[in-house]
Amino acid sequence: MGLDTAWARAWVSRSAEVVSEHKTELITLDREIGDGDHGENLDRGFTAVLAKLDDLPAEARPGDVLKLVATTLISTVGGASGPLYGTAYLKGAQAVADADSLDADAVVAFLTAARDGVVLRGKAEVGDKTMIDAWTPAVDAASAAAQSGAGGAEVLSVAAEAAERGAETTDALVARKGRASYLGERAIGHRDPGAVSTALLLRAAADTASAS
Amino acid sequence: MKKLINDPKDVVAEALAGMELAHPELVISHDPAFIARRDAPVQGKVGLVSGGGSGHEPLHGGFVGPGMLDAAVPGPVFTSPTPDPILAATKAVDGGAGVLHIVKNYTGDVLNFETAADLADAEGIRVRSVIVNDDVAVKDSLYTAGRRGVAGTVLVEKIAGAAAERGDDLDAVAAIAQRVNDNVRSMGVALTSGIVPHAGEPSFTLAEDEIEIGIGIHGEPGRERISLEPADAIVDRILRPILEDLPFSSGDQVVLLVNGMGGTPLVELYVAFRRAAEVLQEAGITVARSLVGNYTTSLEMQGFSLTVLKLDDELTALYDAPVQTAALRWGR
Repeated sequence: MGLDTAWARAWVSRSAEVVSEHKTELITLDREIGDGDHGENLDRGFTAVLAKLDDLPAEARPGDVLKLVATTLISTVGGASGPLYGTAYLKGAQAVADADSLDADAVVAFLTAARDGVVLRGKAEVGDKTMIDAWTPAVDAASAAAQSGAGGAEVLSVAAEAAERGAETTDALVARKGRASYLGERAIGHRDPGAVSTALLLRAAADTASAS
Repeated sequence: MKKLINDPKDVVAEALAGMELAHPELVISHDPAFIARRDAPVQGKVGLVSGGGSGHEPLHGGFVGPGMLDAAVPGPVFTSPTPDPILAATKAVDGGAGVLHIVKNYTGDVLNFETAADLADAEGIRVRSVIVNDDVAVKDSLYTAGRRGVAGTVLVEKIAGAAAERGDDLDAVAAIAQRVNDNVRSMGVALTSGIVPHAGEPSFTLAEDEIEIGIGIHGEPGRERISLEPADAIVDRILRPILEDLPFSSGDQVVLLVNGMGGTPLVELYVAFRRAAEVLQEAGITVARSLVGNYTTSLEMQGFSLTVLKLDDELTALYDAPVQTAALRWGR
């Protein structure tokens, strides 16, 4: 099996489920330090992606699925997370465009390109209390796991765990980007909703990978 | 939550349908969603496009028409529109002289308008963007997303719109818009929070006797929370940082905009105007033009903001130029 197109489709379906299940949690987190629309926007985006999955040709590669996620999120999500996640999936898809299935190195290439895309658009660094605080630890952990010989599914699992821990570290941070930056010290004690959604999406990738 | 709505998910679309019926001088595109003046594109005129999350009406759709915006792109409530409708609006109003995007400084708006401008450029439409960031409540530093765009946006749109109408080219219109932004400062106060329809709960909570000084138009926190004070004391609290920031000085001619956030009655806005005008007069600053009313709202938030724009002869003439929109009309 491996991380082929069936996995990419399963990841999208699981992502839509997870985002829907956590919609209220994301809205609540965002209302505390942002503007309260993150859960609603992502849910709208992944619902739209799900509806388009069936239009993909049978010979589509994983990269084609990820590109569909990108263009759909860009055109449906809005806010900051639309262009940010859209760019992440777009750059990630380009990095694995020719692969019929993703091995450990391809997973690392996908994650790295996705993270670099978010940095390019949003210009955030680790410690700014953004989704980068989940993405970068995930990339680092995935890269280390691949180097020590882990398979693709294992690499994703390690990445998801690192993203979850990364999201937790945002509790203690003052935000330097996005709407939470207006809060100053008052953002401390609140978890960044973008980092949480990144961890959810990577966990969905890992869960569907280990099941495939 | 008590709201005059049908279904939270239909609020923006149904409001657009209402605008279409109420204002035959506008053209409404429903998908992708944007509002344009009926005679767009005006050949040879620079097109002006603004937009952003809904919930701030009449900003921006109420300011579409001759002398102001050519198109406005409404996103979901408090959420930036995506690049597609911004691109569609940009194409719809390009009369061959290029298009100016007027963008309030929020991460989402900036990213989505930036992406749309890239796409328009790829289709051969010249786009320039001016970012409005008039809110002095936020410290402008490398370590924040920067100052927010609030009610000063109305004055940028009015004056840049007049410059485009008189035939200025794209760079000149962008320069005028930038000059307005450079000379305008605002700050707001919240007495209560607005309720985003799909969230169903107040965006933030203030105690019965508490107010937030420096509130943003999406309920973002300001500088501090204090106990309710008399109107004059509140006006003094937000006018001082505005005047010190530019700084405004004796002899200046200004526009004074007292803007309601949606839930504060006009009678209270005039109480605030009275005090603000008094303070400006004491400082030797002349209120040459004034606006009082709900121009940049935050749903049903109780509160208001003050905006002061330093005028020169050219900006004054452009401010006075005719404008015919749903929410602002004079001259001609």
